[in-house]
Amino acid sequence: MSGLRGRLIVTVVFAAALGATAAAWAGVQQSTASLFEAHRRYHTEDLAGRITQAAPSAQYPPGRGSLDRLRIAAGEHSLVRYGDAASGDGVFASGAQVVPAELRQAMNAQADSEDPRVLTQRVRIDGRPWLLIGAPVMITAPDGTQAPSGIEVYAARDLTDVEEQVDGLVRGAATTTLAVLPLAVLLALLASQGVLRPVARLRETAQRLAQGDLAARTEPAGVDELARLTRTVNDMAASLQDSMESMARMEEDSRRFAADVSHELRTPLTTLTATVEVLHDILPRANSTRSADEEEARESAQLAVIETRRLVELVEDILDIARIDAGTAQPRWEETDLFEVISTCVRTRGWSDDVVITGPAAGPGGPTVMADRRRIDVTMANLIGNALTHGGAPVRVVITATSEGASVQVIDSGPGMPDDVLPHVFSRFYKADAARARTPGSGLGLAIARENALLHGGEITAANHPGGGAVFTLRLPRAPEPATGEVHQEQGE
Amino acid sequence: MSPTIGGVATVLLIEDDALVRRGLQLALKRHGHRIEAAEDGEDGLARFGIGGADVIVLDLMLPGMDGFEVCRRIRESSQVPIIVLTARGDDFDVITGLEAGADDYVVKPVRPTVLDARIRAVLRRAVGDPDGVRTHRGLRIDTEALAVSVDGREVGLTPTELRLLLALSRAPGRVFSREQLLEEVWEQGYLGDSRLVDNGVMRLRAKIETDPARPEYVQTVRGFGYRFGPV
Repeated sequence: MSGLRGRLIVTVVFAAALGATAAAWAGVQQSTASLFEAHRRYHTEDLAGRITQAAPSAQYPPGRGSLDRLRIAAGEHSLVRYGDAASGDGVFASGAQVVPAELRQAMNAQADSEDPRVLTQRVRIDGRPWLLIGAPVMITAPDGTQAPSGIEVYAARDLTDVEEQVDGLVRGAATTTLAVLPLAVLLALLASQGVLRPVARLRETAQRLAQGDLAARTEPAGVDELARLTRTVNDMAASLQDSMESMARMEEDSRRFAADVSHELRTPLTTLTATVEVLHDILPRANSTRSADEEEARESAQLAVIETRRLVELVEDILDIARIDAGTAQPRWEETDLFEVISTCVRTRGWSDDVVITGPAAGPGGPTVMADRRRIDVTMANLIGNALTHGGAPVRVVITATSEGASVQVIDSGPGMPDDVLPHVFSRFYKADAARARTPGSGLGLAIARENALLHGGEITAANHPGGGAVFTLRLPRAPEPATGEVHQEQGE
Repeated sequence: MSPTIGGVATVLLIEDDALVRRGLQLALKRHGHRIEAAEDGEDGLARFGIGGADVIVLDLMLPGMDGFEVCRRIRESSQVPIIVLTARGDDFDVITGLEAGADDYVVKPVRPTVLDARIRAVLRRAVGDPDGVRTHRGLRIDTEALAVSVDGREVGLTPTELRLLLALSRAPGRVFSREQLLEEVWEQGYLGDSRLVDNGVMRLRAKIETDPARPEYVQTVRGFGYRFGPV
């Protein structure tokens, strides 16, 4: 049972039980009181009637016989007293000591009254309930005036039956109260459901929203706080959906833009690449005694080839970085042996003479990571190329297996980097020396290297090696975060 | 089909951009190819229908019928090698192009020497020295006549598919990595796209296996590559 539901039910049941008990108790009290009052009235009137009948025939002052007669007229369990003389039977058989002091005092107090009343008190004698009635006997003078006679009649009436009736009432009330409880639980369940169902629906909606179903809504019911909360949640979901949609639109736009730019730039570059190579091919083969024009044409063709290649590289780099920025880069993760990739990278670029690679050799036990082979190749080519151009040969590449994955250090033999350059080396198009002539490369190499490292869930840092030279450190986790792309699956089977 | 290394191959270039078409035509001509140029898909299909070609270089982004469709239409009746040209460099083009039946792809801007090397690679039919007839269950590979049949039925393979099958069947049971197959069949270095291999295997299976989902001849060795032979 959920917390809210439990509390609701307990509260409702408790309130219902309290109400039922209070009502039953009040009813029992009232019934009991009127029951006793009815009996009291009946018995006092009955006794008064008996005495009124018997009193005229009594002698005055009464003798023993008169007292006895009066007692018999008063019925069972009666006591008739006059001064010290008394006649009693039943509970009064042993005298007046069962009459409580309060009643006796009250009788004494009104002894000289001209209009004494019949007094009653409920007592327990030997565990049984009795109604004690005390009645003074009046003498009626011939002129009709009445005066106290000094005779007192006490009568005891058994209230056992009445008490049993009261007990019955209490039992009835208790039973009713108990019978109400399951009903109260049922009502509480219904009530809690009425409250909790909208809450549950709201929770379900919130869950679906969290899972990315931005169209999830709850129909608000009623006008209470829950309905208001529901409307607020709906509004929130709607604005969330709006901003997600506009973000998706922007992303789609930038994706299309990157694709369009890509296409628009690649098309003329294709012609340029093809034709400058044709030019370059033809011109050197001009006859051996070249004219100045031919010499200049040949040089121009060579420049055109170099610059076209550079332009192509630049466009590729810009598009690559744009794809990463737009989050549309789709790395192809595969188990990659770093030593193997880096040695191949160095070998195919003709750097073998200037680069020394140290680290665990390829094969089982060597540092392998889940990585995009092409991107690791590009990253390492950029780092090593940068080290060779701006630092100096020999360049050391140190591969180490770490607890998280692997780290690769590229250490050059140059003078190291000035401290004010260090924070900017990964900035796009950053030139350490503004006055320096253009260097090979797009100016995006280190920026792309860093983006690729981030794409792998790793990082690149730049520092100066204590032993001299600049050191770039690439750290790669054993596997990228699952969210960054799908692991390349081999097809088949 | 007769072109070999050094021979003159007829290249059908289907490219809508006039300047690119002319530029590639000039460059490929210098590499010793004879170029037929078409400006859109319909034109290309018509020219192929009339004169044929030894290899088709096909731009994917064409007005009207796009390159994927052209590729599928050609594959309905021909095993001619197809190299697709993509200007977007995104994976969708590459995968869709290979699935439509292309043997290889290049991303614009392509250097003519690279395109020439790819053209020569997809044109080559044999791999290794012919060693007579290899038979495996119902599969019969004639390494001299370069003919393949399954249960007596002749199977038409593209040169690339044939080379892939020849490479794998040369050493039954031996595991070839994707990189090895890329090198041997597509003549591409270690940075070549291993999807070429996966796609080639898929198309080869579709042609020679009874149930390509449960291959009998070309097995996947998960995490390594492929091998020829029983499970």
